[in-house]
Amino acid sequence: MRIGIPKESFLGERRVAASPSSVSALIKLGFTVQVQKSAGTKASFTDQEYSDANAEVVTKKACWQSDVILKVNAPTLDEVASMNNGATLISFIAPAQSSELLVALKDKSITTLAMEMVPRMTRSQPMDALSSMANIAGYRAVIEASHHFGRFFTGQITAAGKMPPAKVMIIGAGVAGLAAIGTAGSLGAIVRAFDTRPEVKEQIESMGSEFLELDYEEPEDTGSGDGYAKEMSKAFIDAEMALFAQQAKDVDIIITTAMIPGKPAPKLITETMVESMKAGSVIVDLAAAGGGNCECTVVGKVVDTHGVKVIGYTDLVSRLPNQASQLYANNLVNLTKLLCKNKDGTLDIDFDDVVIRNMTVVKEDEITFPPPPIQVSAAPVKKATVEPVQPVEEEATSPVKKYAFMAAGIALFGWVASVAPADFLTHFTVFVLACVIGYYVVWNVSHSLHTPLMSVTNAISGIIIVGALLQIGSGNTLVQILATLATLVATINIVGGFKVTSRMLKMFSK
Amino acid sequence: MESTQIASNGFISAAYVIAALLFIFSLAGLSKQESAQRGNLFGIAGMVIALFATIIDPRVSNVFVIIIAMVIGSGIGLRLANKVEMTQMPELVAILHSFVGLAAVLVGFNSYIEAGHGVVITAAQHTAMNIHLSEIFIGIFIGAVTFTGSVVAFAKLRGTISSSALMLPHRHKMNLAAGVFSFLLLLSFVNHGGSNIALFLMTVTALVFGWHLVASIGGADMPVVVSMLNSYSGWAAAAAGFMLNNDLLIITGALVGSSGAILSYIMCKAMNRSFISVIAGGFGTDVVIDNDKDYGEHIEVHAEGVADILRNAKSVVIAPGYGMAVAQAQYPVYELTQQLINKGIKVRFAIHPVAGRLPGHMNVLLAEAKVPYDIVLGMDEINDDFAEADVVLVIGANDTVNPAAAEDPTSPIAGMPVLEVWNAKEVIVFKRSMNTGYAGVQNPLFFKENTQMLFGDAKDSVEQIFKAL
Repeated sequence: MRIGIPKESFLGERRVAASPSSVSALIKLGFTVQVQKSAGTKASFTDQEYSDANAEVVTKKACWQSDVILKVNAPTLDEVASMNNGATLISFIAPAQSSELLVALKDKSITTLAMEMVPRMTRSQPMDALSSMANIAGYRAVIEASHHFGRFFTGQITAAGKMPPAKVMIIGAGVAGLAAIGTAGSLGAIVRAFDTRPEVKEQIESMGSEFLELDYEEPEDTGSGDGYAKEMSKAFIDAEMALFAQQAKDVDIIITTAMIPGKPAPKLITETMVESMKAGSVIVDLAAAGGGNCECTVVGKVVDTHGVKVIGYTDLVSRLPNQASQLYANNLVNLTKLLCKNKDGTLDIDFDDVVIRNMTVVKEDEITFPPPPIQVSAAPVKKATVEPVQPVEEEATSPVKKYAFMAAGIALFGWVASVAPADFLTHFTVFVLACVIGYYVVWNVSHSLHTPLMSVTNAISGIIIVGALLQIGSGNTLVQILATLATLVATINIVGGFKVTSRMLKMFSK
Repeated sequence: MESTQIASNGFISAAYVIAALLFIFSLAGLSKQESAQRGNLFGIAGMVIALFATIIDPRVSNVFVIIIAMVIGSGIGLRLANKVEMTQMPELVAILHSFVGLAAVLVGFNSYIEAGHGVVITAAQHTAMNIHLSEIFIGIFIGAVTFTGSVVAFAKLRGTISSSALMLPHRHKMNLAAGVFSFLLLLSFVNHGGSNIALFLMTVTALVFGWHLVASIGGADMPVVVSMLNSYSGWAAAAAGFMLNNDLLIITGALVGSSGAILSYIMCKAMNRSFISVIAGGFGTDVVIDNDKDYGEHIEVHAEGVADILRNAKSVVIAPGYGMAVAQAQYPVYELTQQLINKGIKVRFAIHPVAGRLPGHMNVLLAEAKVPYDIVLGMDEINDDFAEADVVLVIGANDTVNPAAAEDPTSPIAGMPVLEVWNAKEVIVFKRSMNTGYAGVQNPLFFKENTQMLFGDAKDSVEQIFKAL
């Protein structure tokens, strides 16, 4: 089958659905690929690079005639009209908002897979374009913020004076939020993050950010089972807003990423909060496309309200066109691999595969949206933890046992120490200290040296020969014989152990 | 009781302190490749000083006998060390442990025979005598367990006796009974101020206990067993130090003991099992394996196919297991590695902590084949990088690359940290057949869609790929 990569027609769009390397990957799967002339120019991919990767560079008309169209944005109705009947389309579609487009596609029997419909499952991660794009958006949000922010992110102490680090609050720790945390943190800012799902606390902290806690417990689970956050109760929102109001006075930069699928973005930052921020502060509203999380957001623009710059760009991803195109193209290649298991250059829309079923919004002349719901995370995981696994039980009882043993050990030692001669205690002290030294010394040993370590400790434990030597001069013949024997075997140990260690160590080379 | 303290001779004491320090430096030196050789030299120096100082001790006579015994011992030791194949390292280490155990038993007996001359008058002397007798008793016990345990481990590793776990009925109760019995013997031994019968019975019990302890542990748990015996041999030396009032023995024994204990701990951690459960033995036998589960089809590939895949790869990771050692495939693997590196392909090795039959066994084998150690990485160092690898070659490993450990909470190996090879773009598994690994668990890796199976002897397979390249 022929795959066509048209040039994106959406205003301001710089991305393209294929990179030269994704073209070779698609060809490897048995397809032929044609790229519309200058499709990749804005993403810094030249036509020459595509043809070097064995793609044909063709006119717009020829490109739209391909059997399979890979795109970034949903096609316009005109573009759909120029497609072949029975072709296949893979791109972002926004199926919930574009019923007219779905009808047009259905009328031409164009099987359509919507990239925003990739379910959030481990298996489908490689094709999850929302995540790969969100990662870029999160990064770019911080870069935009720093562009409009009149200060350093990192704190510095210089001869000219001391500068405090910028404080950044990030609301919503999805992929974009986490990417923003990472980027702001690596620029040196103090980062705080908030999310309605308490289970993401660990992820936030792993990125080096502080997790802002609410003094309010939502009665039920806050994830909606499909991997996204859901709408919260009134009381929760009040607590949340109080937290934001308090933070707004303190932080320099707010990045909001709160979106609820299929609903307008929640208003989290009120105009009063914006007013309370320090002059020169910046708000980046990643939810601008869904109406914005901030009351002052103007879609697609940067506005200055009460001395605070509010950035409402909706094309943050497209502002990193080369990176975004590469990742998106890889997502598409991974999806194509799933659709073309036999690597024979044909697509198989297999409705038994939940990933494919979920993504397909039009199959031939039938609209298949919305798909039946699938649960991707919560339920199976919970079951797994309930499962009574043997080791868990063991662990539950062991602390009690451990302390009991400890207490018994201490008591026994106390008794021995009280009756034993001083001499024994001296030796015992030496023994305990040596154990501690051994512990610290050995703990640093590199894994590759475990065997040499064993053979050298083996040789050293031959030190028991000292005992045998001291006994060999005994008047008792039996003792003499046994001691001689002990000397003999201990010597084997010492010499053999050191020799084999040095043999081994000589072999290790860089 | 002891009128002559070692501390009475300043020179000897100083020598012992220096020897003890050198032993500590020796272990510290072994923590890095760069300083490892120096570490070994420190150990040798420490030993020479300790021996020299002991021999010139005025209490030591019969120097002629000593020299003869040591010359013979050195001859045997050198011969063993020079002759041993690197694949046989686990056996050598095991048998050397048994020597320490034997020496500890003999020294303990001697101590007992000589202790008979002690005169007991005051209460303090009485306590001292009791402590001394307990030390002897415990020293012999540990030594005897180490001795037979190591001999059994040696025989298992050598294949003289079956490496599968010995499953006697009531084996846990028997072990417990042996422990309790020995403790009672200890009480009787001390109460009688020493008793030949109690000592004899305890020795026999300890010998049988050591034998049974190791016999009931299966082949793949050997890394734990060997490091455990390593630890025991240290404790045996420390116990001898207590009975002889010799601090050098105590220090050295404690160093070796804790070193072995830490290695055992690392190995257990790597299998996500408690030390007790390994020692109790019999892993994988009381688990019901769901063999009926449908894992799907596996894809087979031939050497030429693998060569093609490798030619197009940029980054290759090789995950070897005990199967590589069995097939002696490390040399061809090295040649293959060289060829790939010459083609500009990045090659690295991923080593699971319990791969092989001895801690660090795989590293030694690869080093023997001249694989540079800086491309041989541990599990923690490489696990995150599998996603970037184009091809992973799994050579003779099974349980250590089993995704069920991470994905299936009901699996017997659930929670065991494994090499996450399946994250790579393609995985080639070298295997003799579709049999399960030591844990008896089916490996879903073989049925993943990015996995291909290359059946046959690992050595032949690698050589064929080498030729096809």
